[in-house]
Amino acid sequence: MASENAQILPNVKRIFLVLSGKGGVGKSTVSTQLALTLQNCGFKVGLLDIDLCGPSIPRMLGLENSSVHQCAQGWVPVYTTPDQTLGVMSVGFLLANKDDPVVWRGPKKTAMIKQFLTDVYWQDLDYLIIDTPPGTSDEHISVMENLKSVRCDGAILVTTPQAVAVGDVRRELTFCRKTGLNVTGILENMCGYVCPHCSECTNIFSYGGGESLAEMGKVPFLGRIPIDPKLTKAMECGENFITSFNESVATQTFISIVKNFIIQQEENIDGSENQ
Amino acid sequence: MALRRLNVCVSFSWKMKYSTHSDPLGTKLKERQAQMMKKGLPVKKPIEGVKNVILVASGKGGVGKSTVAVNLALALSRHLPTQDVGLLDADIFGPSIPTMMNLSGNPSLTEKNLIKPLVNYNIKCMSMGFLVDNNAPVVWRGLMVMSAIEKLLRQVDWSPLDYLIIDMPPGTGDTQLSIAQNIPVAGAVVVTTPQEIALIDARKGALMFEKVGIPVLGLVNNMASYSCPNCGHHSHIFGATGAEKLGKEIGVDVLVDIPLDTSIMEAADGGYPIVISSASNNPLVQAYISLAEKVLSRLSAIKNEPSR
Repeated sequence: MASENAQILPNVKRIFLVLSGKGGVGKSTVSTQLALTLQNCGFKVGLLDIDLCGPSIPRMLGLENSSVHQCAQGWVPVYTTPDQTLGVMSVGFLLANKDDPVVWRGPKKTAMIKQFLTDVYWQDLDYLIIDTPPGTSDEHISVMENLKSVRCDGAILVTTPQAVAVGDVRRELTFCRKTGLNVTGILENMCGYVCPHCSECTNIFSYGGGESLAEMGKVPFLGRIPIDPKLTKAMECGENFITSFNESVATQTFISIVKNFIIQQEENIDGSENQ
Repeated sequence: MALRRLNVCVSFSWKMKYSTHSDPLGTKLKERQAQMMKKGLPVKKPIEGVKNVILVASGKGGVGKSTVAVNLALALSRHLPTQDVGLLDADIFGPSIPTMMNLSGNPSLTEKNLIKPLVNYNIKCMSMGFLVDNNAPVVWRGLMVMSAIEKLLRQVDWSPLDYLIIDMPPGTGDTQLSIAQNIPVAGAVVVTTPQEIALIDARKGALMFEKVGIPVLGLVNNMASYSCPNCGHHSHIFGATGAEKLGKEIGVDVLVDIPLDTSIMEAADGGYPIVISSASNNPLVQAYISLAEKVLSRLSAIKNEPSR
């Protein structure tokens, strides 16, 4: 049993989950941008998309027409660049036709996720970011069960500021507590839109809900990402937003999250391990 | 070797059972097998007392299914004041209906041991949100979800209802299959936003309905455009023509374009949805009423279609 568990992600140093109880708040966007930011900082990164019904990551990285190859050690992830510093795995790569719906019940989803965690040849990775679907169902339970033997370094909870989103994310926070998952923090997305004509900022989806939840739940507040049409467009076209729009508020927020919460956490953990 | 011989004998004798003079190779065996396999699938049984079930769905999360479902239910109720409308929140993990309909509390049981739906604004509502604590996550595998959906459909005292609107969760999994396979559904409204990432999943959602034989009544192009409250500048934050293109591609009309407006969100968060909190000449209210009219017209057209 111990040897079977030892096969799960043996060469991955740090694992982060991106969660939200609510759909459509930007989990895949956040996962992709964090992975690109880490890659830009010089790390070797893996990005695993376990949203089997709505796999968005291939499109967001311009990898829609890519497919997965097999090697002796398992499935080879799709790499975004020749230097192989960002490897991606998604059910989107396994579909014969990208428009085919994946209409699966729980047990089939559970089996697929286990395969993603055990049969993918990630090689040596500094970071693995796992993008999850909304809710707290089979996919989340499977991931937690399979990662039991491996330390999961944290969960990043994404929300939009409005009450209906915050309500669902509050549930997700409780899920993290009950499963012993360390919460890295809460990120408030789609916070404010700056009109390109008059530069007035309007809080279309309200304001502050994520920060209040972080305060109430006594977890770190990671920051706010505004609605940025350039980010939306970059996601649609598979463009690297982090390198193309380095000065934007969104990019700076992602860089700050990576530096202060993801890399910083590693230094804290290494520090405590050395004592 | 013995096992292989036994398997061959069993297979041969099975075929012999179905072999006749007119069909010596027992080819009707395949039909027989198909009949037996069909028995395994659940039989669709209507919900007692409910005339029409309409799904509000999308493959994608966060496009506004719950907002559309709530406002559609209220618009239908307003348009047809003598008819009964109900609203079922089938999102077990992220129930939004309690917040949007300003309902809370534990439902009681009727004499027949059915769960009494909570009522507000003349709409009968049921949601997982009434049965669990606000902060408590529902961490269930698919089988439990199927069982819960079955109870929310059949063990709630819905009767009598002319229209039951079901607010579906995102995805194409257990909930969608459970509902599609167990009850007859009059039609589905697929909600999307204009951006490609949402359209990809909405396309999958629509194709899934096609696979399970549920007519797609049309698309709702939600968060279609935004008007700055300060200068009135019009922008398409999430894209422009995506929904229309998808509609043409899959042969389904866009029933309505609903703008992205802070007042819709504020009304929903406040539990006083825009269809009833704003004047009927408000363009946002008009949009939902137009949606209700088109849904009714599509349902009527489907019923009058000669069966194939």
